[in-house]
Amino acid sequence: MTRWAMVADLRRCVGCQTCTAACKHTNATPPEVQWRRVLDMEVGEYPEVKRVFVPVGCQHCADPPCMHVCPTTATRKRDDGVVTIDYDLCIGCDYCAVACPYQARYRVKAPTYAYGAPIASEAKQHDSRRVGVSTKCTFCADRVDAGLAAGRKPGVDPEATPACVNSCIAQALHFGDAADPASNVSQLLAENQFFRMHEELGTEPNFYYLWDRK
Amino acid sequence: MSSHFGPNPWIQQHWDWRASGNFVFGGAGSGLLLAAALALPLGPARGVSMALGLLLVALGLFSVLMKIGKPLRALHVFYNPRTSWMAREAWVAPPLFATAVYAFLRPSTQAEILFGAAALAYAWCQARILHAAKGIPAWREPRLIPFIVATALTEGASVAALVALAYGTPSRLVYGLVAAALLARAGAWFSYSVKIAPVLAGRARDALQAVTPVLLWFGTFGALALIAAASALPRAYAWPLVAAAAAAAVGTGWRAKHVLVTRAALNQGFSLPKVPVRGAR
Repeated sequence: MTRWAMVADLRRCVGCQTCTAACKHTNATPPEVQWRRVLDMEVGEYPEVKRVFVPVGCQHCADPPCMHVCPTTATRKRDDGVVTIDYDLCIGCDYCAVACPYQARYRVKAPTYAYGAPIASEAKQHDSRRVGVSTKCTFCADRVDAGLAAGRKPGVDPEATPACVNSCIAQALHFGDAADPASNVSQLLAENQFFRMHEELGTEPNFYYLWDRK
Repeated sequence: MSSHFGPNPWIQQHWDWRASGNFVFGGAGSGLLLAAALALPLGPARGVSMALGLLLVALGLFSVLMKIGKPLRALHVFYNPRTSWMAREAWVAPPLFATAVYAFLRPSTQAEILFGAAALAYAWCQARILHAAKGIPAWREPRLIPFIVATALTEGASVAALVALAYGTPSRLVYGLVAAALLARAGAWFSYSVKIAPVLAGRARDALQAVTPVLLWFGTFGALALIAAASALPRAYAWPLVAAAAAAAVGTGWRAKHVLVTRAALNQGFSLPKVPVRGAR
């Protein structure tokens, strides 16, 4: 069974936010909504200070609390592990947003645009179904599905790979099938030490962070 | 250096006073219905209490309706009772109204048990709604559940005592229920706040800790003293005392719930158990 996962190599991420921009461009998210964010963390104390850039977003948990609490069944998990939102079912109660330990969910109350009135690309991509309901990273599931249908391999062929991964200038972000031992992400996980965020909460995220070699 | 790294959590911005209104009014309403079933005899006091309880529950639901992004789709809330406590709360609401109306029209022991059970189920669902929100440490703490249920009963019982007094039917049972609920709530709050306060920080912890003295001194000991005095006095002298006790019990309970939902609700934040190893070792 396929299990789509993302791997972020924290040693490689330089915090350029290209993934954030690519996600916004691809998914036409409104201002202040960032399905793919990069945190800029400063850790330690002088003189042992480090800057760490951490890509975050929906972790597509294997046991997603957002899905369990959703009163409408709008939030679901596909067989391949992608957590989805049915915009036509969601009532915008924000219960999923407070249940998510990763602050991955957004809801806008009215259409908003970067410069007030919509520019051409915003007007073209505007989706009124996403106003008033919960939204989040989809792992570019439509792109993955279309790529698979065209015989492409997600994580390898750009046509079948999430926009943030395609855009990463440092090859810090990777996408692939974690259930396939030969996949790119499985290889990375086998060769490196990794963690998942807030693992103690039992959400089993499908988003892995590499921090050192084995 | 701490064992975890990352930005500090911040107070959630998704649920505001409208969301807390569901817990404030819905809790008091379900508690009043439960108290009516447990401690009020048949008669106008029980009828008024039931009507007021249903009104409060409806007000709580209306408060949530004002908050959601797609109010015209509100009925979708019934779709997922299998796992969602919010959907379960929605499923309990119609039987709560139906059994209360039935018990009012055709009073019987069975009807009392039914609407009392529905009221308890409603308060229980509210407690579990908060507990299931895994992203908010102050809500997912299991010790919050008894507090939410206990404060619902406390608020409801104190209002029921006032209504009973207004209709000339105060009883040791209703005063006893108020006293027991007040003590249970204080115990539940103490247990919860001792456990959760160290987990919180900054303004959230200050807000939570500010609840404790008010809830204990005014909302518990003050209310208990007033109820004890009222139970020993004739009706004419008792009602201002019971009114003050009810105001203290209800006011402090509502404040505690509002603070919990809006001001003590730090999210999980982001946290790294390791920092990346770069460059030469």
